[in-house]
Amino acid sequence: MNTTIMLFLLQDGITNGAIYALLGLALVLVFAVTRVILIPQGEFVTYGALSYAMLATGQVPGTAKLAVAMGLVAFGLDLFFARKSLHARLIARAVAVDIVFPVAVCLLTYALAGPKTPIAVNIALALLIVAAIGLFLYRIAFQPIAHTSVLVLLIASVGCHLALQGLGLVFFGAEGLRGPALSNVALTAGALRFTGQSLAVYGLTIGFIVALWLFFGYSLTGKALRATAVNRLGARLVGIRTTLSGQIAFLLASLIGAISGILIVPITTLYYDTGFLIGLKGFIAAIIGGLVSYPLTAIAAILVGVVEAFSSFYASNFKEVIVFTLILPVLVLRSLAAPAVEEEKD
Amino acid sequence: MTQRLPLIIFALVMALIPLVPGIPPFWIVLLDNIGLAALVAMGLVLLTGVGGLTSFGQAAFCGFGAYTTAVLTTAYGVSPWLTLPVSLLVSGIAAVLLGIVTVRLSGHYLPLGTIAWGIALFYLFSKLEFLGRNDGISGIPPLAIGAYKMLSPGTIYYAIWIAVLISAVLTLNLLDSRTGRAIRALRRGHIAAEAFGVQTPRAKLLVFIYAAVLAGLSGWLYAHFQRAANPTPFGPQAGIEYLFIAVVGGAGYVWGAVLGAGIVVILKEVLQSYLPYIFGGQSQLETIVFGILLVMLLQLAPSGVWPWLMARLPFKAVRRTVDNSLTLPARERAPTAAAVLLQLDKARKQFGGVTAVNDVSFDVRAREIVALIGPNGAGKSTTFNLVTGVLTATSGAISVLGRKVENAPPQEVVKLGVARTFQHVKLVPDMTVLENVAIGAHLRGHSGAVASMLRLDRADEARLLAEAARQIERVGLTDQIDQLAGSLSLGQQRIVEIARALCVDPMLLLLDEPAAGLRHMEKQRLAALLRQLRDGGMSVLLVEHDMGFVMDLADRIVVLDFGTKIAEGTPEAIKKNPEVIKAYLGAAA
Repeated sequence: MNTTIMLFLLQDGITNGAIYALLGLALVLVFAVTRVILIPQGEFVTYGALSYAMLATGQVPGTAKLAVAMGLVAFGLDLFFARKSLHARLIARAVAVDIVFPVAVCLLTYALAGPKTPIAVNIALALLIVAAIGLFLYRIAFQPIAHTSVLVLLIASVGCHLALQGLGLVFFGAEGLRGPALSNVALTAGALRFTGQSLAVYGLTIGFIVALWLFFGYSLTGKALRATAVNRLGARLVGIRTTLSGQIAFLLASLIGAISGILIVPITTLYYDTGFLIGLKGFIAAIIGGLVSYPLTAIAAILVGVVEAFSSFYASNFKEVIVFTLILPVLVLRSLAAPAVEEEKD
Repeated sequence: MTQRLPLIIFALVMALIPLVPGIPPFWIVLLDNIGLAALVAMGLVLLTGVGGLTSFGQAAFCGFGAYTTAVLTTAYGVSPWLTLPVSLLVSGIAAVLLGIVTVRLSGHYLPLGTIAWGIALFYLFSKLEFLGRNDGISGIPPLAIGAYKMLSPGTIYYAIWIAVLISAVLTLNLLDSRTGRAIRALRRGHIAAEAFGVQTPRAKLLVFIYAAVLAGLSGWLYAHFQRAANPTPFGPQAGIEYLFIAVVGGAGYVWGAVLGAGIVVILKEVLQSYLPYIFGGQSQLETIVFGILLVMLLQLAPSGVWPWLMARLPFKAVRRTVDNSLTLPARERAPTAAAVLLQLDKARKQFGGVTAVNDVSFDVRAREIVALIGPNGAGKSTTFNLVTGVLTATSGAISVLGRKVENAPPQEVVKLGVARTFQHVKLVPDMTVLENVAIGAHLRGHSGAVASMLRLDRADEARLLAEAARQIERVGLTDQIDQLAGSLSLGQQRIVEIARALCVDPMLLLLDEPAAGLRHMEKQRLAALLRQLRDGGMSVLLVEHDMGFVMDLADRIVVLDFGTKIAEGTPEAIKKNPEVIKAYLGAAA
């Protein structure tokens, strides 16, 4: 192997790793706030990417309608759970968030979609759609069981993944899609060529890491979100609205997922079920970071990307085997490092 | 268990189904699939529902079973029956290797770990040359008895369902035994089980291997049923589906696995054949409905269909009769009757910068009730945890009967005759009082898992239960013996914990706030019991906040404050001790 190949692999690994880092961050975020291990994170990626790719061809993606449908279900649940204390403000909020928001996004998509729509508008539309889906996903699937164990939440999360992935096939078909690049800028440094796309990947990843780290470490809202995860009841007693915290976390996670998707869809072809594997690799990073540390997660994600790049060069057949086996020693170390406290279950 | 009759009826019905004239062959195929899924789900019931270890990777073990027989029969011409033990062995060995890593994972790391190796193994199956890569292996010979080949779905049906029934009986036997109680205690955390000598990592590994072997059996049958093996049915999707089956049926119930398999397999079939008509030719629609149903199920009926069904059926569980005349041999004791049972010498425990126990020294002698008192946060429970091996002392020496125990695990400490109760009750709420108490006698029984499955443990088991029943009688809870521990009042649960500790046949009893939550009369009865135990030769070390109770009962009192021993002496001396008064009432008092 010569230095050039090594540099190429490294660059490739770091670019993919940055995407995994973004996803890892979202997973850490959601887990830290809601204790949900968000398997459907991968679907946010594909939904974002493929919605963007479809919009780029001038079509309206089915996800826009899904957002409206999920909004209706969420509206029903909102009213049902609040049936004993219905008042105007509550209903107004439910109508605004669950009905007006998704319907507006859907109508906007129909109005703006076309072959000549600028890239920035398409990106904004894709992000809005996926954000709505993420928000309603929490409302529908997780909010009613928010008090249960991590395990129940995990199984529910797997259920969401199955449903969303199946819907992905309906919306986007079995064929893979690619989206247009965000910019055609390219820099050359020695043998390496940096495209505008990969620079955007690096920039956004670093930006999100710093932002999330500052938000959770230093802002009151961020601390309130973390408090919700540790003790829902305690958080409620001190006046934190725990359901809102969960919704914010899912909203952010779906946004981050969709952004990652939009960032990679010009680089690689994405299929409706690609998200699962990408998401899981984000997971490996998130787990290495112990599901709590943002900087550690980011470093781990880069490591995963690099390992993947090198193993696809040396043993391309066993790339996935190597990457997923990588997690086991980490899990063991994590378990050993975890304090030996008794978990009170059920 | 006297559940034989329903079992025999079920077996007969299943045996007759293929003989019904005019039954569509397709139904038999469905039943075959149900049986195959039920086998895997049964392992998951034990692993996840009972043992609390969630695995998304069971499908991979089916893969081990299926590929083992596929390779051996096609490439080496080995007879299918000979590959059965090999298939099970390969699944079992794979489970040992993965299990050693996996069962050490705590909390949510465990299910995530199983997802990871589930995916890794799936890719391994689909990339290995000798397993036929993505195409898999075809042309696997059918099972045959003599010249009779099980080619049709209706013939292998019997092989599958005999396997299901045998596995169900073995699993039920296992659960209803000494080992089974240890497994059932796992889900509630390991501290209580370990305090009575259960080797929890070993118990976890056991269920892990058991579940994997059942999955391997299913895989072996699958390979000879389909006569082909490819990676898809052993991938992560299938692993998720098996867990779904277990949850649908009721994750804690063996028959729930069979029921769940029936529901899910039929539902899937119906969805696959009808959904395309409703929504047009799109494939994979069933996964959408599947996912949505899974989420709804968790929200509406998290305990599954089987318990729901059972609650609506007329028959009630048969009350277990215990033969009280059987006796369990006493625990092996050290030959000499030592004067000092427990000695702490400058025991110290630090958590980071906090010194919870600060160079505490005291001893407990034979036939003595010693009380450990002090304000909240004084380090009393930490001291208990140091003595019983739950925590390791930072420095200092702790010895039981002259043996150093400061680094001994809980399982070794209990062997020396030190039994304890917990400040926060640690019973298994969905087990009866009798079963909970019998965990205390764990070390006094010796039947292993295999003996339990084959019902060779009955004499041993009857003696254990008799001992448990005797201790329950001793603490006065005979009326509650068959109730679920979770249904008792907190005070009664504390008494159950004492009975469980007595089952150890201890020489030193450590009681952490035994009188909390008891009414006046109950406290008096407890005090009488403890005096009677002391007069019978046992020593008691107790932590208690009820001063009346303590002053009345204890021979000697040790007072801790902020981790430091501030006084020791008779109740009369302690009542007058200015340091103690200061600690409890403040400086001005």
